[in-house]
Amino acid sequence: MSFRIVVLAKQVPDTRNVGKDAMKEDGTINRAALPAIYNPEDLNALEMAIEMKERIKDAEIVVVTMGPGRAAEIVRESMYRGADGGCLISDMKFAGADTLATSYTLSMALRKLSPYNVLICGRQAIDGDTAQVGPQTAEKLGIPQITYAEELVDVDEKSVTIKRRLERGVETVKAPLPCLVTVHGSAKECRPRHAIRVMQYKYAATPSELASADETRKARVAAKPELQIKEWTAADLAADPDRLGLAGSPTKVKKIDNVVLVHKEAKVMDASDASIDGLMKELISTHIVG
Amino acid sequence: MNFYSDNEALKFHLNHPTMRKCVDMKENGYADKGKYDYAPENFEDAMDSYEKVMEIIGDISANVLDVNAEDVDHEGPEVIDGHVKYARGTQENHDVLTRAGVYGIALPRKYNGLNFSYVPYVMAAEIVSRGDAGFANIWGLQDCAETIYEYASEDIKDEFLPRIHDGKTCSMDLTEPDAGSDLQAVQLKATYDEAKGMWMLNGVKRFITNGDADIKLVLARSEEGTHDGRGLSYFVHDRNWGGVRVRRIENKLGIKGSPTCELVFTNAPAKLVGDRKLGLIKYVMSLMNGARLGVGAQSVGVSEAAYRAALKYAGEREQFGKAIIEFPAVYEMLALMKAKLDASRSVLYETARAVDLSKSYAAMVNEGQKLTPEQRAEMKLYQRNADLLTPILKMFSSEYANQVTYDAIQIHGGTGYMKDFPVERYYRDARILTIYEGTSQLQVVAAIRNVLNGTASKLIESYESEGIKPELQPLRDTLKKMHEDLNRAVDTVKGLDNNEAVDFNARRLVEMAGYTILGNLVMLDANRSDMFRKSAEVFVDYGRSMVARHADFIASFRNEKMEYYK
Repeated sequence: MSFRIVVLAKQVPDTRNVGKDAMKEDGTINRAALPAIYNPEDLNALEMAIEMKERIKDAEIVVVTMGPGRAAEIVRESMYRGADGGCLISDMKFAGADTLATSYTLSMALRKLSPYNVLICGRQAIDGDTAQVGPQTAEKLGIPQITYAEELVDVDEKSVTIKRRLERGVETVKAPLPCLVTVHGSAKECRPRHAIRVMQYKYAATPSELASADETRKARVAAKPELQIKEWTAADLAADPDRLGLAGSPTKVKKIDNVVLVHKEAKVMDASDASIDGLMKELISTHIVG
Repeated sequence: MNFYSDNEALKFHLNHPTMRKCVDMKENGYADKGKYDYAPENFEDAMDSYEKVMEIIGDISANVLDVNAEDVDHEGPEVIDGHVKYARGTQENHDVLTRAGVYGIALPRKYNGLNFSYVPYVMAAEIVSRGDAGFANIWGLQDCAETIYEYASEDIKDEFLPRIHDGKTCSMDLTEPDAGSDLQAVQLKATYDEAKGMWMLNGVKRFITNGDADIKLVLARSEEGTHDGRGLSYFVHDRNWGGVRVRRIENKLGIKGSPTCELVFTNAPAKLVGDRKLGLIKYVMSLMNGARLGVGAQSVGVSEAAYRAALKYAGEREQFGKAIIEFPAVYEMLALMKAKLDASRSVLYETARAVDLSKSYAAMVNEGQKLTPEQRAEMKLYQRNADLLTPILKMFSSEYANQVTYDAIQIHGGTGYMKDFPVERYYRDARILTIYEGTSQLQVVAAIRNVLNGTASKLIESYESEGIKPELQPLRDTLKKMHEDLNRAVDTVKGLDNNEAVDFNARRLVEMAGYTILGNLVMLDANRSDMFRKSAEVFVDYGRSMVARHADFIASFRNEKMEYYK
């Protein structure tokens, strides 16, 4: 393959429908109570990657995800929708990484995956909301970056043109390749899983998953290279241990406050035009609306 | 949300013990293994794929179709320059399902199909209908591909079938202004044009669902001077060939997203499907059976949506200091809605399995395989059961969808009458189900022969011979009594020796058979899983009282009484 698109995707707890049991007593996320999902903006990024692939002959999409063993599901999910393969970066040494340690780890994996033409990821993940990992990774690799991408305008072997969603408008920029793109949630939604792709790739697995699988599955995966999801540890990346995981993370959580919303006062109004008018004025003056 | 994985009953029916046979036969010894990288290696592999694809459809139905349904209902399709433009949501539904690669579910892989058994195919239709019953028509018309596959020439198959997977839509153009239930009166004219080597269609079709489809199957009169069904042939028309204009779209009570078209054919080119003169007699009847199964699936989907809405509301709405579900008047309604839903679904998949197996045998015969005498006997049995069950399914499930949606509004009270909740839409969408693809009255006509000739009784006997848990014995005893009542009523009506009296009582007899069959099926479901225990008890209770009512009517019937009804 001459043109390689790498999608950086993350498995996150679904924080969109948070119930009472979403946080533990100690203020950390109760992962057991929240289903693990594909980070929504990473799905937008995957769609943009597939669109790039559709426009460029001989392109391939590789998905890279960092996380525990079960994050291999992200690679399979990507393959169901259009990716060609992927790589799980997994090691206990990566645990507790902040954005600095994460982007370092990813950059080491990408060096190993090099050469690549486009790196693409969601703007931010719904569990951390930092929007830092994409840009930091580009910095570490020394390549240009386009953030807040909303629409793919054009892509060829040498450059990519993207419309960016800004606070008060849209900006169209062109960057030379290789380049990293972070995609905004307002970009096109990802296409659904494709029935035939699901049947083609449902047995794809990492070596760790295969270790506990039955012989039939082992033989099946051994016979088909496209079903082999790569799995890399810290040792495979030749990474500096001091820059990984908790050790490599200068961000320390000092304290977490559980915010409980309680209503303090109730205002009773009658149904007259005058009091509705008053309410609207109050909402506007306090910047709740408008 | 996922309309497959949130519904344990679907998984239950998909994993029926007979499925092994259905899948083994459909996959013909797993012959595609190695030829296509998505073909299953064995039964377990195939079932796993079925589930995964049902999950895709469940996801899209819940998160796209259901979300779009309200806007589609308001917006509807429109006609622009003689062609249909779908409502925005309808188009999106279709595009997403196309991109998910789920059109052509039952078609062989060589036509880009998934080669699934008919059972998951029907299940997909049920799931889609729960999201949007109107859209289910556009989705379900891929069934036309089955007719092309079964009867058209290899050339036509190669030309049309691979396009189904790409999202090319279909329509079946049968009805005309003067030919509704009576299709023998079809007048649309087909004349052969020697120069072009094509048939030319001229005339008008009416009430054509998705009439501006890419691929149309058209019933037309090819034999000049004939006036009955024997002069009709079946044709396939490609929209790109031109000659068909949409004159208008009907303004309907429900299923508003589904465009119902009046079409004008002006020298529209077409190709003959199968043999001349067999259009109505053979091909339409086959297509119609598939469509009736589709309406069964649609009915169950609508009932599921309405029942869930009613259950939720009854649990949340408080009156007189408690949730209304705690009042007997309300919980009885809900229990009966659930029982009707479970019984409809049970007969839906029982029918789908019978159709599936008879289709697989037919495919073996088509491919020139020689059947053993046992296989031939089995093929006949499945065909007979499919013929009996299809009209019973169509009638019961569609009537129940109407009753369930009616009750769903009732449980919502005044709120349900408003457009604020989707139950009023379910109610409007349900109303067509007892009418199109053959009214309930015509389903009685289709089923009565098999009730009078003992086929129904034989099927019931086969259910009665299945082993059950001891605690279900009282239900079985009741069901056996219902069966006896049925047989007695059949004998009584036959003994009247009057054809009109048979027609007059046909609906009662078919219903008695239906209650007994559905009751047995739900009871057998309860034997496999406790989740159906309550529905089995409720349905058998209800069915028994309905059978007794009809038995009583028939016992006191006299031929001369018919005069009072005229």
